[in-house]
Amino acid sequence: MTATSAPSRGELHSARDGLAPARRRWRLPFSPWHLVLLPATLVLIFPFAWLLITSVETTGEALHFPPVLIPHVLRFANYPDALSTAPFGRFFVNSAIVAVVTVAANLVLCSLAGYAFARFRFLGRTALFIVIMATLMVPFQVTMIPQFIITKWLGVHVLAGVGINHIGALILPNAATAFGIFFLRQFFRTLPLEYEESARVDGASRLKVLWRIVLPLAVPALATLAALTFLDSWNNFLWPLIAVTSTSQMTLPLGLATFQGAHSTEWTLVMAANVMTLIPMLVIFFAAQRYFIRSVAATGLAGT
Amino acid sequence: MVASEHFAGWAFVTPGVAIILLFGAAPLIWSAVMSFQRSNLLSPSTPFVGLKNYRQLAHDPVVAQAFGHTLLYTVLFVPGTMIVGLFLAVAMNRKIRFIAFYRTAAYATMAISTISEAIVFIWLFDPSYGVVNYFLSLVGVPPQQFLNNPSEALFVIIAMTIWGWTGFAVVIYLAALQGVPSVLIEAAAIDGATPWRTFRRVTLPLLSPASLFLAVWLTINALQLFDEVYLSTQGGPLNATTVLVYYLYQQAFQDFNFGYASAIAYALFLAILVITAIQFRIGRRFTHYRS
Repeated sequence: MTATSAPSRGELHSARDGLAPARRRWRLPFSPWHLVLLPATLVLIFPFAWLLITSVETTGEALHFPPVLIPHVLRFANYPDALSTAPFGRFFVNSAIVAVVTVAANLVLCSLAGYAFARFRFLGRTALFIVIMATLMVPFQVTMIPQFIITKWLGVHVLAGVGINHIGALILPNAATAFGIFFLRQFFRTLPLEYEESARVDGASRLKVLWRIVLPLAVPALATLAALTFLDSWNNFLWPLIAVTSTSQMTLPLGLATFQGAHSTEWTLVMAANVMTLIPMLVIFFAAQRYFIRSVAATGLAGT
Repeated sequence: MVASEHFAGWAFVTPGVAIILLFGAAPLIWSAVMSFQRSNLLSPSTPFVGLKNYRQLAHDPVVAQAFGHTLLYTVLFVPGTMIVGLFLAVAMNRKIRFIAFYRTAAYATMAISTISEAIVFIWLFDPSYGVVNYFLSLVGVPPQQFLNNPSEALFVIIAMTIWGWTGFAVVIYLAALQGVPSVLIEAAAIDGATPWRTFRRVTLPLLSPASLFLAVWLTINALQLFDEVYLSTQGGPLNATTVLVYYLYQQAFQDFNFGYASAIAYALFLAILVITAIQFRIGRRFTHYRS
């Protein structure tokens, strides 16, 4: 195979630096790590590839054993068929609204609260902060039943748009998070005080100081919070499953799960639908890959 | 000045804090209260029943089963993901050709939602038409029932979730590996250490903070496993994949036993706290922090 490339090169190499042991006679023409990485990568991307292949197969080829690895005809009609069976466009718009509004709300509300906790001294600050920290560790499952009851009550008595079976119910409970407030507070505290103090002396209001001086310095932290909040919101399943039942209010994960439940044997349609829900997220993810990767790595490094 | 700072403080925190109090803090207390009540939506009254829900929990065979499945899942999923992530991150922590492609392929699993992931894996592991059974047949293994088989279903769920978390683990380990000073690796090599020994004695200890973080983070998520179970098996076959959160969901939103479900939720919360505390305790002993 390729393993026996040019023994002369190895000898030449050892002759030059005089340190490499003589028994290293042969070497691969490429890094041996490819022998590990290539198969591993194939395993990692195979589910994506198989998803894509099934989505353009005919039902006959999909429900065939042994499986047809390379389809004879590409049936792209699966995509319009899936779209006409369930309103995936609607699910997409709902998901986008929920994710974008949730991210925007978190950036605004967590910046305001995080900044106040970082810089202002006000009555009850410590007590409030402790209460918020106490909710930080709590798994969603512990609070979901009262959250359901509260959301239902709000919808009936205050505003239907944030009640059960409205996408507002998917936004409001997550519009500010303990993690976001804590994360931004920690970041704001690392910023030097001087700029803020001199701006205050020059007569700028507190809000203006936050907007003009602090937030521009906090762009990396805000981007991290935005990326993590977006991923969470886009992929959230349990709360939409509880809070939403009518098709018109469903987000992509819930819509896709419902579609799969109703058409569990029509694999070509299910896979076409799955590809369509996956593509927007993959595009966003790769477009902002640096931010997503840095954000995830940052949470890991912050934990260490 | 002081008065205005009080006012400004409250004005800034009120919107965000109100949401967290309403949807985080209040529900936390409310569900604690509910766990001591009989509350099932059928009757409007919610009388206090003392420890009845917790006694029921202790004697409920499904809770015992669900707890066992959750633990088994966690014990296999967490180390599995960490080993896969560490192995790939070490392999990817070098400048070779196509490395961007390899890394991107691993990262891509982070972009996929649990629902998309579960649907793909149900199809891959389909007992009749699944491609996994086809690959097995190539090496002479008879077709398996996978998600329909009580003794295999949980392992299929473990496989799909390890795949789904690979990108996350790789990112964490790659970031940590890039913080390992190359001077130390070179020094070990000059002292005559083999690459494996260098890895065991130098790299791995330096990665221990990342390992502890991953162990804790993955465990918290593993104990809350729900989406994949809901989609692929609904807890079946024969309760073989009923995990704690799935049972909690059934009790709360299919049977509407809010009181009993709240007790289960608090038991889960306690389990998470205890297990995380143990991990930090043990982890501290093996964790080396550089300063």
